[in-house]
Amino acid sequence: MFQAFQQQRWRWLVFWAVIVAVAIAAPAVLPVFRLNLLGRFLSLAIVALGIDLIWGFTGLLSLGQGIFFALGGYGAAMYLQLNSSSGQPNGIPEFFSLYGVDRLPFFWEPFHNPLFTLIAIWLVPSLLAALLGNMVFRNRIKGVYFSILTQAALLVFFNFFNGQQKLINGTNGLKTDVTQLFGQMVGSPEMQRYFFWVTCVLVFLAWLFVRWVVKGRFGDVLIAIRDDEPRLRFTGFNPTLFKTIVFAIAGGLAGIGGALFTVQSGIVSPQYMAVPFSIEMVIWVAVGGRGTLVGAIFGAVVIMYAKSLVSEAWPQGWLFIQGGLFILVVTVLPEGVIGWFKTDGPQNLLSKVGWVRKLATYPKLEIDGNEEVQP
Amino acid sequence: MTTPLLELRQITVSFDGFLALRDLNLSLQPGELRAVIGPNGAGKTTFLDVITGKTKPTEGQVVFKGRSLVGAREHRIARLGIGRKFQSPRVFEKLSVQENLALAVSRPKQPLDLLFGRLTADQRDQVQHLMEIVNLQNRADWLAGSLSHGQKQWLEIAMLVGQDPDLLLVDEPVAGLTDEETDLTADLLKSLAGDHTVLVIEHDMEFIRRLNSPVTVLHQGHVLCEGSMDQIQQDPQVIEVYLGTQEEM
Amino acid sequence: MQLLFESLFNGVAIGSVLLVAALGLAIVFGLMGVINLAHGELIMLGAYTTYVVQLIFKLPALQPVYNLYVLVAIPIAFITSGVVGILLERTVIRRLYGSPLETLLATWGVSLILQQFVRSVPLAQAAGVVLALVLGFSLPLVLPQDLLQGPRSRWVRAGSWGVSALAGVLFGSVLASQISKIARATSRNVDVTAPKWMRGGIEFMDLTFPVPRLVIIVITILAVVGVTWFLNRSVWGMRIRAVTQNREMSDCLGIPTDTVDVLTFGIGSGLAGIAGVAVSLLGSVGPNVGTSYIVGCFMVVVLGGVGNLLGTVIASFAIGLLTDLIGAGRLLTIWPDMPAPLESTVQFFATTSMAQVLVFALIVVFLQFRPAGLFPQKGRMVEA
Repeated sequence: MFQAFQQQRWRWLVFWAVIVAVAIAAPAVLPVFRLNLLGRFLSLAIVALGIDLIWGFTGLLSLGQGIFFALGGYGAAMYLQLNSSSGQPNGIPEFFSLYGVDRLPFFWEPFHNPLFTLIAIWLVPSLLAALLGNMVFRNRIKGVYFSILTQAALLVFFNFFNGQQKLINGTNGLKTDVTQLFGQMVGSPEMQRYFFWVTCVLVFLAWLFVRWVVKGRFGDVLIAIRDDEPRLRFTGFNPTLFKTIVFAIAGGLAGIGGALFTVQSGIVSPQYMAVPFSIEMVIWVAVGGRGTLVGAIFGAVVIMYAKSLVSEAWPQGWLFIQGGLFILVVTVLPEGVIGWFKTDGPQNLLSKVGWVRKLATYPKLEIDGNEEVQP
Repeated sequence: MTTPLLELRQITVSFDGFLALRDLNLSLQPGELRAVIGPNGAGKTTFLDVITGKTKPTEGQVVFKGRSLVGAREHRIARLGIGRKFQSPRVFEKLSVQENLALAVSRPKQPLDLLFGRLTADQRDQVQHLMEIVNLQNRADWLAGSLSHGQKQWLEIAMLVGQDPDLLLVDEPVAGLTDEETDLTADLLKSLAGDHTVLVIEHDMEFIRRLNSPVTVLHQGHVLCEGSMDQIQQDPQVIEVYLGTQEEM
Repeated sequence: MQLLFESLFNGVAIGSVLLVAALGLAIVFGLMGVINLAHGELIMLGAYTTYVVQLIFKLPALQPVYNLYVLVAIPIAFITSGVVGILLERTVIRRLYGSPLETLLATWGVSLILQQFVRSVPLAQAAGVVLALVLGFSLPLVLPQDLLQGPRSRWVRAGSWGVSALAGVLFGSVLASQISKIARATSRNVDVTAPKWMRGGIEFMDLTFPVPRLVIIVITILAVVGVTWFLNRSVWGMRIRAVTQNREMSDCLGIPTDTVDVLTFGIGSGLAGIAGVAVSLLGSVGPNVGTSYIVGCFMVVVLGGVGNLLGTVIASFAIGLLTDLIGAGRLLTIWPDMPAPLESTVQFFATTSMAQVLVFALIVVFLQFRPAGLFPQKGRMVEA
């Protein structure tokens, strides 16, 4: 056992060394466009970590993470706009004047403050998630009903945000790429490189955080909720509380991801709350492997990268491929790619094709798929 | 006579007009070991559901340690000191034996305590001790889902004990166990009585006899009679219920 | 009074579209426990079917009976969506019974594929594919049994599919050569033009009732009556209900549960096709037409109580009336001098999309008090 532990450790070290190397080298190697894409996908990986926490570990399939994602994005975008609109009439962002608004809506006032914004980016989504989640969990609404309600909530927010020109510029959304931060243009290559590094660090921190949550007895309770929630109640635990907490955490992570995504894509709009996008988030985790945190990161980055490559080469094809992935991953690859590697999938496949003789027990391979994670 | 630990007063449970329990009265003294038997459909499981808060009685009162339990949520009732073992073993299959027991012995059971706190040395000893009692110490890291049926039964009993409730509700603890395991389970439950109050539901008459405890017979949601095993077996009503009358045949 | 009628009619009209769209979902979700996120796309297929049927009726040979195309489109749309549903059940959903979250994801995948399919494949060829599926699934039912169970059964089955495919290709190419509008793939929206008798409205008590809306209400009523009759009076309906209640027992009693699954799913999907006909009468038809209905459909089913047709009916009309009441700002007309703050609130929600926001929010609030909907399933089996 000890040996296995050490090997595990060694592998993780290599894995993270590779990741760090990639993160440091990427800005030098990749053209700005690709680097920017990678940064965006890593922001999405943070969202995926949250989804893995609530779905992979706790069994709650939320189809509404876009709400929290977009809220984080709006927070960041409004701060940037406010920060760069001192030259505008009334000192408020330009779009307000289009709708005849001459005073900043009161709830945007605190977003003048950078510290407040940094906190609000994750706190607001996670409080909202706690509220929405608690309303649902308290009534023991679970399984697909939870999924449907989260989707309905998403649609509510989508419609609401689309209709609010005077508060948030409606369908047009808020632009960030021409705003200023630290005297620099946010959309400039230098700033984008900084954002890339910030994203890398935050992905790592988010990974550490979620790992800390799922290891130990708290994580065991989450798995127990997924396995047999009623039984857990009779053991004296209150699942509602646990579910509310993890849903809030996932909401907060989605908010952080949304903020990072926004500053790197240059705009936030209600499209971030579109129904398909939120379901797409689930497929990252499903393909990567639910219940494995590395899988969530891996899934988000690889699928999004594949999406951008396929869409460039064959625009019509991506929906077919994505649709196929959804079907494939639930029917033949329920553990996802990382899970498949962990359960000796490659060996089983090889032995099925006749490459390797079947053994009663398989020796663990050194390469357990972790090296695959580099994008 | 001391005040009873648990008292059910005129409990009636109706499912769409079907009376699963009707006018059921029962009381348990602290430290008592009680067996409950009854033919299929007698309402044994519903009876446990009512005590543990899964089903709300249509009428009547459940009083535990002088407190009414009606309307309280399951985890509150569990924290008050009522533990339950289910009919078919229900353990957390994707957790190891050790983790299952660790959850059972964890106190308090609040999220923040679980996030920041660790098991105390006492609690770790308790987990170890429980695994030894049910002979699973070599299976500590096995997933509970990979255990045999009998082992799961025992793991669930161990979890129940680890919860350290005042009242243990044990639903069919020996279904699917070997004779030897059955005897061990009977001894275990007997040793728990005294410190704890134990209520056992079983079909296995040999097992009940071995428990050597007062028996309550349920029939059609109602207490038919109470007494020792010998008295019960002489009772004409019980014989009629179990063997059926001429007309029914 | 007039206002009341107008409001009532609009509410019922909105509600009946919701109802016909949700009816199939109520069956598939309520009776089989399957979450079909591709339901919206089955509606979309029904709408496209109407479009193709309409174009076929424009051909010179069928010109005299052009006005009847809507009536013909209904059964054809039912068959089209039904057969696609059956294909979906046979290939994907069958493997996922008992794991609803996985079904949800897989059917979402199917919906993406179907959306892209109508964009990338010419409608003529798509019609060919549907014909091939219909023939492929139905040939084994008409071929002599001894041929199907004989030693060469495999070949016979493969052959029947081959013949079907050939027929499909032929049909597709003929359509493509005759009707140029559907010979090329397009992602643009298409418009179904209503026949002459459906244009305009009927005057009654100083009110104009648009005929397409009336037709939809009639279609909805017929669909609901048909489904109710089928489930409660027919032999197969009884079998479906039996399987819903106890699959193992039904199996033991000799009910072909396999066939029941196919049939239930096929009918649920077919109803989506009928909904598609209704939807096509309301506006232009595009690949995304289904997605705008799917969430509303689920809300109807959840609000009504899963597995309860009456609940579905009541929930649809409740949502329809409420949407109209809020969305058209009718409260203002009813109560012209309401206090200013209230008025601005009412104004705030007086658009179709904002009305949807409020209605969904109200549903979520409602579920706080009745988590299982208007008509919850009762009894001791619910928890299990």
